[in-house]
Amino acid sequence: MTRYIARRLVLTIPVLLLVSIIVFSLINLIPGDPALIMAGPEAGKEAVEALRIQMGLNRPVAVRYLIWLNHLLHGDLGKSVKDGQPVLNILLLKLPVTVELAAVAILISWLIAIPAGVLAAWRRRSVIDYAATTVALAGISIPNFWLGIMLIYFFAVNLRWLPASGYVEPWIDLSRNIKLMIMPAIVLGTALAALVMRLLRSSMLEVMGTEFIRTAHAKGLSDRLVLLKHALKNAMIPVATVMGLQLGGLLGGAVITETIFTVPGIGRLAVESILTRDYPMVQGVVLCSAVAIVFVNFSVDILYSVIDPRIRLVEDKA
Amino acid sequence: MATREERLSLAHRPTPAQTVGLRYFLHRYARNRLALVGLWIVTLVIISAALAPIIAPADPAKPDFVNLLQPPTRAHPLGTDDLGRDELSRIIYGARTSLQAGIISVGLALCVGLPLGLISGYFRGQLDNFLMRFTDALLSFPFLVLALAIAAVLGTGLGKAMIAIGIVFTPGFIRLSRAQVLSERERAYVEAARALGAADARIMLRHILPNSLSPVLVQASLSMAVAITFEATLSFLGLGTQPPTPSWGSMLNIAQAYLGTAPGLALWPGLAIFVTVLSLNLVGDGLREVLDPRLR
Repeated sequence: MTRYIARRLVLTIPVLLLVSIIVFSLINLIPGDPALIMAGPEAGKEAVEALRIQMGLNRPVAVRYLIWLNHLLHGDLGKSVKDGQPVLNILLLKLPVTVELAAVAILISWLIAIPAGVLAAWRRRSVIDYAATTVALAGISIPNFWLGIMLIYFFAVNLRWLPASGYVEPWIDLSRNIKLMIMPAIVLGTALAALVMRLLRSSMLEVMGTEFIRTAHAKGLSDRLVLLKHALKNAMIPVATVMGLQLGGLLGGAVITETIFTVPGIGRLAVESILTRDYPMVQGVVLCSAVAIVFVNFSVDILYSVIDPRIRLVEDKA
Repeated sequence: MATREERLSLAHRPTPAQTVGLRYFLHRYARNRLALVGLWIVTLVIISAALAPIIAPADPAKPDFVNLLQPPTRAHPLGTDDLGRDELSRIIYGARTSLQAGIISVGLALCVGLPLGLISGYFRGQLDNFLMRFTDALLSFPFLVLALAIAAVLGTGLGKAMIAIGIVFTPGFIRLSRAQVLSERERAYVEAARALGAADARIMLRHILPNSLSPVLVQASLSMAVAITFEATLSFLGLGTQPPTPSWGSMLNIAQAYLGTAPGLALWPGLAIFVTVLSLNLVGDGLREVLDPRLR
């Protein structure tokens, strides 16, 4: 087991290095002068020149990358152009908001997707199945920013049931925090719910066609028991495997959701820093989200090998 | 003896296997009613985009400061926007932007991803190793966040947004086509071609490529749906298509400010994106059912 974890860990190092190179290149290898781009078209010549020296642009790219990487490994992601604050501090400040939003979205989506997926697979080709798959397809196709605007129109502008936008920390005003979280979490969770439901339905169908399910039925176990204890448990494995993919979708969705509902999280930070050309901040957000996904994928691999030891054995032999 | 024309027509007549294949394909595809509906709607969107100058009732970029934010009337069936422009015409012209974004960005990803995947899977070795780590890294970024960052660096505009979206989709196509090639290259027909002395290029292009295409086509149609959403998202955030070019995403951005007074402005562009993307997804699902051997 330790050997497996160690090898997995070694495999993630080149990926992380490449991730850092891509993030670095985003700003440094683009055609044109990075200082000019960062300063913006309105900036004067002296300002651009000063920025160029401040950014160390007189050195070769490789050297600049190594210096940047060295800072990175010491937790220094640079300073925000906007207010000079360390990028890392701002990220850590905004992260909990996005984590709360994502957690509520995941909760909502799983509460809908798991029962719907199980029911659809259990009653295959029934009205329930068709309804669930159609709704899921709609959920994948609906643009989340439009869904957000429509929800605001109905529940905030028309019915006045919920506040349109904003954020309050839960420890300051819990009930307002919940009210403010409902719509963003629904918008963020819709695509995830649809994805999980479709995935779960197909993997349930696959598991239910296997022999151990037939054996369980033959033993005289109730449908309910076979479905929930035997089939669902095994069908959840593929769903858990794509957790990295789901996280990516959530982070992308957070960008939109937080912008529409003015939730001060990482996603809105990304849009704001892009629109204000705060490139160190952009780098920080992009790097942070990629590292999170690499880490989740790594954890899923490890968890997977604990749940299903066959994977480890096959890999060890290879 | 056959005349030249006869011989030519013989040569051009599809072989029985091809007609059976195509007929079988159409027959199976048409059995899926939802996929058929999706195909009809996509066709309709394509036609209205192509014929936009003919069917649009007004110039989509011409402001009319007397009729700002009008509700639907006979002259403006969907009303007018904040600059008095005809909403219906903007929706129709917006289809051009969306389709362009979908086709060109996926086309870009396909043009880069397919050859790289083919070479990587066929020759293996160091290049394959590097490409796989590189795609691993690229796939570690949330798609939308990466597209946003690239678009931010490249600058605004539809063309740049399409490049950004294309870059984001490329690693997926590399991985998919490589995986196909890996399984195809071990087949007996490849060995046979090699035994007959076929060169690598010929084996790759004439034998492996056609047999690897089905899942790539499915992926392409589904990616197009995502690409259209991404373009709308970038434009919604102000990073994609720039005014006065109508884009469903930027129309929604404007509509946000008039939710209380002109909610229709927020309804139609969103509905247009939703229906187009849904139809493309239906087509993709339909194609997958017919083409994906794993589902047979």
